[in-house]
Amino acid sequence: MSALAALIRRDIRIALRVGGGALIGVLFFLTVVVLMPFAVGPDLALLTRLGPAILWLGALLASLLTLDRLFMADQEDGSLDLITMSRTPLELACAAKALAHWLAAGVPLIVATPVLGLLLNLDMLATAAVALTLLAGTPALTFTGMIGAALAVTLHRGGLLMAVLVLPLSIPVLIFGVAASQAAITGPLSFGAPFSILCALSLVSFVIGPLAAAASLRHGLD
Amino acid sequence: MRLSGRGINCVRGGRAVFAGLNFEAVSGEALAVTGRNGSGKTSLLRLIAGLLVPAGGSIELEGGEAEMTLAEQCHYLGHRDALKPALSVGENLSFWAGFLGGERFDASEGLSAVGLDHATHLPAAFLSAGQRRRLSVARLLTVRRPVWLLDEPTTALDTAGQDMFARLMRDHLASGGLIIAATHAPLGIESRELRIGGIA
Amino acid sequence: MLNQGTMTLIDLANPTRFLALTARVLPWLAGATVILLAIGLYQAALAPDDYQQGATVKIMFIHVPNAWLSMFVWGVMSLASLGTLVWRHPLADVAAKAAAPIGAAFTFLALVTGSLWGRPMWGTYWEWDARLTSVLILFLMYLGLIALWRAVEDPSRAARAAAVLTLVGAINLPIIKFSVDWWNTLHQPASVVRMGGSTLDRSFLIPLLVMAIGFTLLFLTLHLAAMRNEILRRRVRSLQMMQASRQAA
Repeated sequence: MSALAALIRRDIRIALRVGGGALIGVLFFLTVVVLMPFAVGPDLALLTRLGPAILWLGALLASLLTLDRLFMADQEDGSLDLITMSRTPLELACAAKALAHWLAAGVPLIVATPVLGLLLNLDMLATAAVALTLLAGTPALTFTGMIGAALAVTLHRGGLLMAVLVLPLSIPVLIFGVAASQAAITGPLSFGAPFSILCALSLVSFVIGPLAAAASLRHGLD
Repeated sequence: MRLSGRGINCVRGGRAVFAGLNFEAVSGEALAVTGRNGSGKTSLLRLIAGLLVPAGGSIELEGGEAEMTLAEQCHYLGHRDALKPALSVGENLSFWAGFLGGERFDASEGLSAVGLDHATHLPAAFLSAGQRRRLSVARLLTVRRPVWLLDEPTTALDTAGQDMFARLMRDHLASGGLIIAATHAPLGIESRELRIGGIA
Repeated sequence: MLNQGTMTLIDLANPTRFLALTARVLPWLAGATVILLAIGLYQAALAPDDYQQGATVKIMFIHVPNAWLSMFVWGVMSLASLGTLVWRHPLADVAAKAAAPIGAAFTFLALVTGSLWGRPMWGTYWEWDARLTSVLILFLMYLGLIALWRAVEDPSRAARAAAVLTLVGAINLPIIKFSVDWWNTLHQPASVVRMGGSTLDRSFLIPLLVMAIGFTLLFLTLHLAAMRNEILRRRVRSLQMMQASRQAA
């Protein structure tokens, strides 16, 4: 347990120090959301209607793009060898790294949501709904995205290949995340059903993500 | 404690690196693995560390902790130093001490043994290649593992650093440890040679 | 080792004079800032309410100086970037790096005051009004620049990249401004009340001018203080590097 705590502490520290990428994710999120009105026009009624979808797309892209180097940095400097050899099961180490990444890069996205909601003319209820669905859904994005990050290490390719691998996997999260926020804002569907499914997706990803990532890291050892 | 390998075959990228390799080392003994470039010295260490899967044969450790795998009882000192430049020297070392777990020693003593105690609070980014290697060595001292797997451990170390490292290796052997080192240069300690890959 | 030490000292010779000079100038500058801002705020409080907007018009006295500084600071950074790229002045990249967060803060204040000012007119906190949208893009560019400075540990290496980005930004700003104006009129014909559109009465103009000068002095004060911090931070860094390369006794 203390081994995992040490790993989480280290990854968060690195993310927040000079050269770490935690806050760049938020900046990317902000930029994507600001771009949207230039494409669809400044009509506030339209932006209100599209708001949850825009915020979800922005958060999806921001959290996946920052995942790119989740394992890559450790592989390049040899840390991954020692993590693999250690007495901590690789699955748990992967889960700890993903959790640290979510805390350093995912939570800031949720914190930024109310500010961005203001730009898209979302009211209090809608902003709260989007923030709540992001809180339930972004862990699923991180934990499925880590599979792509692990594959990127194995294949020695990062960036776009990883995005192409992972984006299709995140479609269910996007569907239920946007559906739950829309349900809270306009109805007529109840908020509970899609939100429960969103939570379920996150829970499933907590199991599948670390297992698949650890398996692909083990097979990619070189 | 006895570490032995029997009939190990190593295949990497479709190429047979070596085949039918046998070796044996017991507590208090250092095994110097030599051979020309590409003969598979690093591969052998990574096989023992569990970072590569052998294409055939077996590697066993007798007399170690029964419920642990071989890799969990090894220290691996590879070409790369496993250090984060954004963290301080002390943070790097205490992370590995906390993460690797098991029996631990005082981290500050480890740092002063390798001559880095003046740099505890400085970012690892400011260290030279030799100092980074020293910091990696401090990891071996801070967390106890009976088997040390060393890949060209003395590169980047100056003469004083090599003497220091030889002394630390002797201490490790004296306390019942076991060392397997891939090396070109003499290790500076009494060791048995294991030559792989035929004649250069 | 000794050689490296003397090198560092020569490099810092110019900044040392800068530190000594600013230590004397800064208190006066800070005092002038406080006095001007106090006068400006007093005059602004006395200024009459607008017949249309009521007391909210007084947000202008904060908003306009901040909006002015958001552009002025980018200008300062552009000059400093030229200093880095062309003249290689040792203080240029210190000036550019120190200005970025301050510029971002002024731009952020311009955004916040603009949105508060617009709230009674629009009924929402944010409207994709051409002026405010341009300021928002400027804010994003500031944040990007700060991220660039933070991404590289060695400040002299980050300096050139940041300088290029700053100058490209300076050239791009008018283009962005023009595009946003065009985009805005394309989508909504001018019907809403635009800020600062009408000619200003003298009773507004003088306090506004005093506030603008006061805020500019505030920027200069903060900028010089931030430059001092940056120089000291770099000294700490080079001292740390010297300490790291020292062998243990």
